[in-house]
Amino acid sequence: MIDVNRQGEVWVFAEQHGGKLEETPIELMSKARHLADTLKVKLAAVLPGDEVRHLSTELIHYGADKVYLVEHPLLRSYQTNSYAKVILELIGKHKPQIVLYGATAAGRDLAPRVASAAKAGLTADCTDLQIGTHKAGKDGEVHENLLFQIRPAFGGNIVATIINYDRWPQMATVREGVMPMPEPNPNHHGVIVTETVRLAQDDLPIEILQEHKRAKKVDLKAARIIVAGGAGVGSKENFKLVWDLANCLGAAPAATRPAVDLGFIDHDHQVGQTGTTVRPSLYIAVGISGAIQHQAGMAQSQKIVAINNDPEAPIFGIAHYKIVGDLNEVVPKMIRAIKEKGVKD
Amino acid sequence: MAYNCVVLAKQVPDTQRITGKVMNDDGTVNRSALPAIFNPEDLNALELALQIKDRFGGRVTVVTMGLPGATRILRESLYRGADAAVLVTDMRCAASDTLATSYILSCAVRRMDYDIVLCGRQAIDGDTAQVGPQLAEKLGIPQITYIEALEDLHDNTIQVRRNIGNGWQSVKSRLPVLLTVTGEANTPRVAAAKHLMKYKKARTPAEATAEIKAINPNAVEAEIKELSETRCDALKARGLLIEQWNLDQVEADLTWCGRGGSPTKVHRIQSVVLAAKESKEVEPTDEGLAEMIHELIDDKIIA
Repeated sequence: MIDVNRQGEVWVFAEQHGGKLEETPIELMSKARHLADTLKVKLAAVLPGDEVRHLSTELIHYGADKVYLVEHPLLRSYQTNSYAKVILELIGKHKPQIVLYGATAAGRDLAPRVASAAKAGLTADCTDLQIGTHKAGKDGEVHENLLFQIRPAFGGNIVATIINYDRWPQMATVREGVMPMPEPNPNHHGVIVTETVRLAQDDLPIEILQEHKRAKKVDLKAARIIVAGGAGVGSKENFKLVWDLANCLGAAPAATRPAVDLGFIDHDHQVGQTGTTVRPSLYIAVGISGAIQHQAGMAQSQKIVAINNDPEAPIFGIAHYKIVGDLNEVVPKMIRAIKEKGVKD
Repeated sequence: MAYNCVVLAKQVPDTQRITGKVMNDDGTVNRSALPAIFNPEDLNALELALQIKDRFGGRVTVVTMGLPGATRILRESLYRGADAAVLVTDMRCAASDTLATSYILSCAVRRMDYDIVLCGRQAIDGDTAQVGPQLAEKLGIPQITYIEALEDLHDNTIQVRRNIGNGWQSVKSRLPVLLTVTGEANTPRVAAAKHLMKYKKARTPAEATAEIKAINPNAVEAEIKELSETRCDALKARGLLIEQWNLDQVEADLTWCGRGGSPTKVHRIQSVVLAAKESKEVEPTDEGLAEMIHELIDDKIIA
C-alpha cells in the first residue's frame, strides 16, 4: 500500500488485446477525467502490451493527460502475473491516488491480484464513481475528496458506497456499459511516458495453448432501441413476437435471465446484473415482471415501455408508458400502429 | 498420481430468493429475510475437486470462514463426498473485507497440504470475485480464473478451459495452482446416502460442547471440559470432527484481520428505489397504442 497522496494522479488501466483497446476502459475515461478535474490532478492511462504505442494517441484523445507506455514482448498476451507486476511497479514509483480498471474478465482477474500484493483496497463492479467527503461516526475524523465507489450488492437489492481513506491507492473495477462511451477529441493533448519493467519467463507461469474468440450475436450496448422479452412471453415460439416488434423498429432483441435460462434466446441477448447493462433511448419490456436484477441493467434507459398482464408487476414502477394487457394482443397491435405511422426500419 | 484439493466455500444469504424486507428501518441489512445457503459456484468448485478425487485419488478438504452456523455447509460438503472440513471462526474476523478475508484464509490454507486450491468464481452476496485471486497472491501461487472445464491433469501439470467473456482460452499451469470455478463447469452432485448417514454426526468442538452441556445441565465447567475433550477425541478417531480454528490457531497477524485489516469501509448503504419520473397508463387498444407511438415519434425517441 502507499500512503495517502493528495497529489497522486487518477489512473485507468488501458486494457488491450491484440493491439486493440477494450471498450470498458474507454467508457471509463470520461468519468476518470471528471474525477481528475475535481481533484485537480492529471489523468493517466497505463498501457502495458507489445507494440501498442499507437494506442497512446487514442487514449489521449479520450482524455488522458499522460500515457504510461510499457512495451515488452512478454506482455503480448494478457497474463495475471506479468501484468500485475507492471501495475505494481508503476504504482510504487508514481503513487497514484486512484487506479481504475474495467470489470472485464481480465480486469477482474488482474485488479484483485494487484490489490492483494499492494495491500490496498479494491471495490468490484462499480456502477458509479464520485468524489465526496466521509465522516467516520458523529465526531469522527473527516476525510475529504475521497473516491466514492458505488456498487450494487446483495443481488442488486441495495446500493453500497465504499471508501478507502488510508490504504491507497483507492482502486475499483467498473462494470461494462454503465458509463457512456465518450467522443474522442483530436485536440486534446497529452504526453507519452515510456516505462521499462524487467520481465522474465518466470513472470508467465501460465501457458496459453489456444484461444477462441467469438463475436457477440448482438451489440446491445450500441442499440438505440431495445425490445426485451421475459419469461412471461411463454415459449421460444412465442418469442417471435419480440423479434417481430424489434424488426419493425430496427431495434435489438433482448431478454431477461429467466427467458435466457428457459432457452427462448441466446445469452448474448441478456440484459441485467449478470448480462449486459444498457441505456438505450427506448426500452420496450414485453412480459417482464422487472426483478431488481433485471432493472439494474436497464433502468437508465431514456424511455421505458412495459407490457404486462399483471398490473402489480414491479416493471411498472420504472416504466414511462404502462400497458396492462395480454402481450399476445398488445404486441401485434403495436406493430400495426408502428407500420401505420410509417416508421422505417 | 493423487492430488490434494482444498476447496474454499462460503455460506451466503440467498439473494435470489428474498422474502420480506431487505433493509431494516435503521438502514442495516435484514439478514433474517435472507435464507443462508451454500454459495452456488462454491458447489461447482467442490464438484470439480470431487471429480479430481474420483479420477486420481487424494483428499478433498473444505474450508469456510464464517459464523458457527456456517458449519452447515461444511456438513453438506461431507455429505457430498469431501473428506474433511475446517471452520475458521473468530469474532475478530468480523467486518473483514475481501483483502482481510483472503489473508485469514491464506493463514488457514497454508497449514494444509494442497496441490490445487479451488474457489467458486464469486459469491452471490458480494459478487466481487476477489477473494480467489487475492488468496492465490497471498499463497504465492498462480491463479486461473473462470474455469469452464478441466481438460487434462497429469504429473505436475493442469490444463483447463477458462471463460474470457467473449470466448474461451485453454491454458496450462504447473501445480500448485488456484482455480476459480464457474457454474458452467459441472453439475454438482447431490448428497450420497452413505455419506449422509456417516457425517450427520460430524460436529465442531463447539457443537460437541453445546450438546454435552444440554445433556448435563448441572455439570460444572471442569466436567463439561473433560466430557467435551473425550467426545472430540472420539469424533476425531471416527473422522467426524470438523476442525474449528480461530485466528490464534492459524497464527494470523491481527493487523491484517477484521475491520482494522480492511482498507475498504462502507460509507453508506441505500435501498434500491427506482422510479420513473413521469409515467402514464396506455390503453391496450389500437387507439391507445397509436397515440403512444405518435408521442414517441414526436419526442424523437423513434424515427
